[in-house]
Amino acid sequence: MARPKKKHNKEIFALGNEAVVEGALLAGCNFYAGYPITPSSEIMEIMAQRLPTIPNGAFIQMEDEIGGIGAIIGASLAGRKVLTATSGPGFSLMQENLGYGCITETPLVIVNVMRGGPSTGLPTSPAQGDVQQARWGTHGDHSIIVLSASNVQECLEMTIEAFNLAEKYRTPVILLIDEITAHTREKIIIPNENEYEVFNRTLPTMPPEWYKPYEETVRGVPPMPAIGSGYRFHVTGLTHDVNGFPTSRADEVRELNERLFRKIDQFLDDIQLVEEVDTDDAEVAVIAYGTVARSAELAVKQARALGVKAGLLNLKTLFPYPRKATEKLLYKVKTIIVPEMNMGQISREVKRVNNGQVSVRTINKVDGQIIAPAEILKVLTRV
Amino acid sequence: MADIKGTQLIHEYLRHNKKFPHVFCAGCGHGIVLGSLIRSIHGLGLSKDDVCVVAGIGCSGRLAAYVDFNTVHTTHGRALTFATGIKMAKPNMHVIVVMGDGDSMAIGGNHLIHAARRNIGVTALILNNNIYGMTGGQCSPTTPSGSFSMTTPAGQMEQSFDCVELCSAAGANYVARGSVFHVNKLDAMIMEGITNPGFGVVEILSPCFTQYGRKNKFKSPVEMYQALKKKVTPIERFNEIPEAERGERVPSGVFVKKNKPGLEEKYYEMAAMCQGGE
Ligand SMILES: Cc1ncc(C[n+]2csc(CCOP(=O)(O)OP(=O)(O)O)c2C)c(N)n1
Ligand code: SF4
Repeated sequence: MARPKKKHNKEIFALGNEAVVEGALLAGCNFYAGYPITPSSEIMEIMAQRLPTIPNGAFIQMEDEIGGIGAIIGASLAGRKVLTATSGPGFSLMQENLGYGCITETPLVIVNVMRGGPSTGLPTSPAQGDVQQARWGTHGDHSIIVLSASNVQECLEMTIEAFNLAEKYRTPVILLIDEITAHTREKIIIPNENEYEVFNRTLPTMPPEWYKPYEETVRGVPPMPAIGSGYRFHVTGLTHDVNGFPTSRADEVRELNERLFRKIDQFLDDIQLVEEVDTDDAEVAVIAYGTVARSAELAVKQARALGVKAGLLNLKTLFPYPRKATEKLLYKVKTIIVPEMNMGQISREVKRVNNGQVSVRTINKVDGQIIAPAEILKVLTRV
Repeated sequence: MADIKGTQLIHEYLRHNKKFPHVFCAGCGHGIVLGSLIRSIHGLGLSKDDVCVVAGIGCSGRLAAYVDFNTVHTTHGRALTFATGIKMAKPNMHVIVVMGDGDSMAIGGNHLIHAARRNIGVTALILNNNIYGMTGGQCSPTTPSGSFSMTTPAGQMEQSFDCVELCSAAGANYVARGSVFHVNKLDAMIMEGITNPGFGVVEILSPCFTQYGRKNKFKSPVEMYQALKKKVTPIERFNEIPEAERGERVPSGVFVKKNKPGLEEKYYEMAAMCQGGE
């Protein structure tokens, strides 16, 4: 999705959280359910104002985050494009139903505006502590898509991306933002309708009596009719056969679980989004995401001015972890620096891919403060 | 004669070739509820496509898999939240939720009171067997004081919830209590629960001999049904009996019947105004 450049595009001055709403509505989101929590609440508040004004738009404030995710799963099964937003504590409450979303292949978009933790932690301070929770927070072995955004414009673009991936692969998609991006106000460009792609789930074309809700397809993603559209089928969180009914037959269990991985893992090129800055001739590279990637971009520019051949790999997709893009970088550089507002949740992925090839330096900060460009520059100029 | 007709009718609504035999024990009340639900939907003349049955986790939750509607078997305690999303997304659909007593009042207690408070247009059938059936007979929020279960070996010491009082106080539009022994009345309650606007609750006393009966000195499922017959008393009669003489009796009938519009109706009316309609 190219950043739109046309002059007649609408420009607004928006918070990251507002940009999420704009992106969601552009992607066709017409259902929001959730429970307020700092620093994500603006997303919910703006949705409460906007959704009633669009045809078929529905909004409901639930009694807790478990209710929030339950309601969006129900609405998604009923054919809506759904969003909920939360922060760490609420995200924890959603985990059981997140797994339900995975096994029932229900498109969902969940935005987690990360704050300092653990527990209620630092409600208004930034952190990147929920990265591995997004990957592994629910129970059971499963594949999942986790995205991030590092500035307000990206909040809009990555929200559209999240909806597209959720619909394309029939899966929950988690968008992680940190408090700084969510609460930074900057100018963004709202693209025109024809400047971005909107993907909707594939509807079945066969007559209802032939429809098998979980049958293998070329892409591994079965078509998905809405509840009430004449296709009467069973949805369950229990491991199910192609008809959607519970099974414990080893061959059927294996088939379902393997397809749930395969439908995502065979399209990594479509899912793993990264942005590279000055990596062509880089000798040292930063791998970063979220607001930290923004600090890193400036640090890389400053390092270049000082004669250091530095580069940046900005991860817009965190999971499935962009192995290919990381490997490409490993052949070029002598050192990789991974700054994060946690004790090393993505650097462990980087080290796994690196497997001892080059030196990996981490910068970890868990004091509720941003990692400033100078802190990254200091390491960049010393390696 | 009438019986054969009834069976034929029920067969029209079952997913025979898909998921049978069912999991219910011999003598379980949940199968009777399944029959009652089907007769009620048939009696109202609803199209199968317009009905969505949402169930929680527990023996009661399995009911959804057997009936040929749009069916969703959710997570334990959360059926009402899924149903709320479905109803808000498809306000014209008849969304019927099937939950156990543990499902609805323990893990899902918060969702129950809030579904009632916001008066979402969903019909909740609460299959109360006073026990956790599926997990092997632990006590539930409705296990009567003094009753035995796997986790109350010395008898339940806690107080139990009265589902009817709970839902009435929380603001449900329609609240009724029936039993699987009194099926004709039960059919009528379910029908009324479905047609009444807003949130409707039908508590259904449904015996579980396997987990509750055996531990509480019932000799057979039949004995449990006989006890149910004695216990369940129409509200009017119940109110005439002096409190000291009520003993184990439980009032049954329709306790609340209000006509307030459901949340979804109010929401879409507001939305139409936002969109410039009138
Ligand atoms: C989060 C969660 N906790 C616990 C369970 C285990 N569990 C399954 S069914 C059940 C209780 C069922 O009892 P009830 O709701 O009364 O229904 P019944 O089986 O008696 O019809 C429990 C505790 C679960 N599935 N999920
Ligand atoms: S355990 Fe109890 S509730 Fe479950 S099927 Fe058997 S009799 Fe019914």
